[in-house]
Amino acid sequence: MAIFKQAKHFWTYIVLSLVIFGVIQFMITGQMLNLFYVNTLIFIAINIILAVSLHLIIGITGQFSIGHAGFLAVGAYASGIITMKLELPFAAALLIGGLVAALAGFIIGFPSLRLRGDYLAIATLGFGEIVRIVFLNLDYVGGASGMQVNHLTTWPWVFGCILIAILVIVNFTNSTHGRACISIREDETAADAMGINTTYYKVAAFVIGAFFAGIAGGLYAHNFYIIQPSNFGFLKSFDILIFVVLGGLGSLSGSVIAAVLLTVVSTFLQDYPETRMIIYSIVLIVVMLYRPQGLMGTKEITSIFSKGKRSKGGAKDGNKQTVA
Amino acid sequence: MELIQQLVNGISLGSIYALIALGYTMVYGIVKLINFAHGDVFMVGAFVGFYSITVLHIPFVLSLILAMAVCALFGVLIERIAYKPLRNATRIAALITAIGVSLLIEYGFIYVRGAQPEAYPGDVLPEHVIHLFGAKINSQSLLILGVSVVLMIILQFIVHKTKIGKAMRAVSFDAEAAQLMGINVDRTISSTFAIGSALAGAAGVIFGVYYIKIEPLMGVIPGLKAFVAAVLGGIGILPGAMVGGLLLGVIESLVSAFGYSLWRDGAAFVVLILILIFLPSGLFGKYRREKV
Repeated sequence: MAIFKQAKHFWTYIVLSLVIFGVIQFMITGQMLNLFYVNTLIFIAINIILAVSLHLIIGITGQFSIGHAGFLAVGAYASGIITMKLELPFAAALLIGGLVAALAGFIIGFPSLRLRGDYLAIATLGFGEIVRIVFLNLDYVGGASGMQVNHLTTWPWVFGCILIAILVIVNFTNSTHGRACISIREDETAADAMGINTTYYKVAAFVIGAFFAGIAGGLYAHNFYIIQPSNFGFLKSFDILIFVVLGGLGSLSGSVIAAVLLTVVSTFLQDYPETRMIIYSIVLIVVMLYRPQGLMGTKEITSIFSKGKRSKGGAKDGNKQTVA
Repeated sequence: MELIQQLVNGISLGSIYALIALGYTMVYGIVKLINFAHGDVFMVGAFVGFYSITVLHIPFVLSLILAMAVCALFGVLIERIAYKPLRNATRIAALITAIGVSLLIEYGFIYVRGAQPEAYPGDVLPEHVIHLFGAKINSQSLLILGVSVVLMIILQFIVHKTKIGKAMRAVSFDAEAAQLMGINVDRTISSTFAIGSALAGAAGVIFGVYYIKIEPLMGVIPGLKAFVAAVLGGIGILPGAMVGGLLLGVIESLVSAFGYSLWRDGAAFVVLILILIFLPSGLFGKYRREKV
């Protein structure tokens, strides 16, 4: 019976999200939202995809990656090449952007995931910088001056991608594979001793995360008219990281909420970039000092409504500390 | 002869990396924290040196000492405010705080002062050109090397011959045991930050004298590369940081010399990833197996 109950919840959420989608789509076609709001909405949506993709890597598997903008860049450029140079449809561009980013995730993840903690963080940071420098030096994609891309990203596309991203990541988290990933986050040595193939699961989580970052990259590229390597620097990786950290390492809904909140805040502070960075950094330091588990800890927002049930994707022993 | 010329440039650049890397490696050796704000301390040092030369009109050596003193204080301040409360937190929390502190310094500095770059005056140090094996060697690059070597010797002396150096080595070996032996761990950590930051400040001043242009975000890339240098030599090991810094400077210059100057920044990170994969404990480090 538990399965049917879960399935009922599943369909409730699907219907709920479709209703939200319909309402916003209706408001867009009815021109109740001006271009600024639509743009902000698309931007929020792209950030949500980025946040949940990094959540899988950091929050669930506990692998501290701070080069996520590298995958975003790979996806953005790959999809840009597909639509602009090869003139294939947008859907193909998104898919191939995701796959190329996943490949990049595999290539970087396979060797570097043998590293732990700080070393992995630095290796991924280095990888992000290398990706940026490679695109900076590739004349085929315009080098430093950037690459022209058509505006193709619309609300139905981004919504579809969010839905798929969240569905895949939630189901992954609640599957055997996800449990294995969580056990790696809790204690890698113990997980290894229990017979879990840690390398396999770490690489798997990394590749899936990179895939969705690549799709977000495709949406990101086709939301602007131009993409430049300077859009994908360390600060971009940091922006994504702060969604996950602030939302709570291990909480998918937390990272979604943080992505929404912070995107709105940074949209309003767009004209004051220094103030925005100062606020960001102070928030980050204060949260780490006083609430290191983030806004939601490892809890999900659904577990607030259904009290008494055990939260999904979190530690099962009531451990509220971030263990990554 | 181009090659010798580039080697000389590489050693000058490398000695700056080495000075910054020493701070990274000392701090990491003691508190196991990648102090991302270290590159920004370097930037602050460059600006203190700039203002003391142009506004206070004091000579180079005094400016260098002033910058080192200010940076030492600044480093201790950062440690006391941001890192000390996190001593027992998870590594990730400390790492994220370090990133936050780094951004706060950078953008706080821009907010207060503005983002415009400054140029060190050209007449800080006399400039002679020495011809050696057909390569033109600038007296400034010799001076940079000289200052770095002197500072490194002083550092070696402090770490190996003084009481505070002994305390540092004890704390980095085992903090709890050191505390039981009556060593004041907090003060030792603070003095580690002070010494590391002073070295970064010195690096900032000589960077400014040699490369002229300084700006509020100048610390980011040299900071990251100095970290690469520290990892290259084996993190936590002082001679390793020196060798790693020099080696990285030479590698970068050679990449430029072979005509790939646009790829220069990438070279450091390729070195990083290669070293992490094939020799994770660095050139001088010992491999330690994790025990449960």
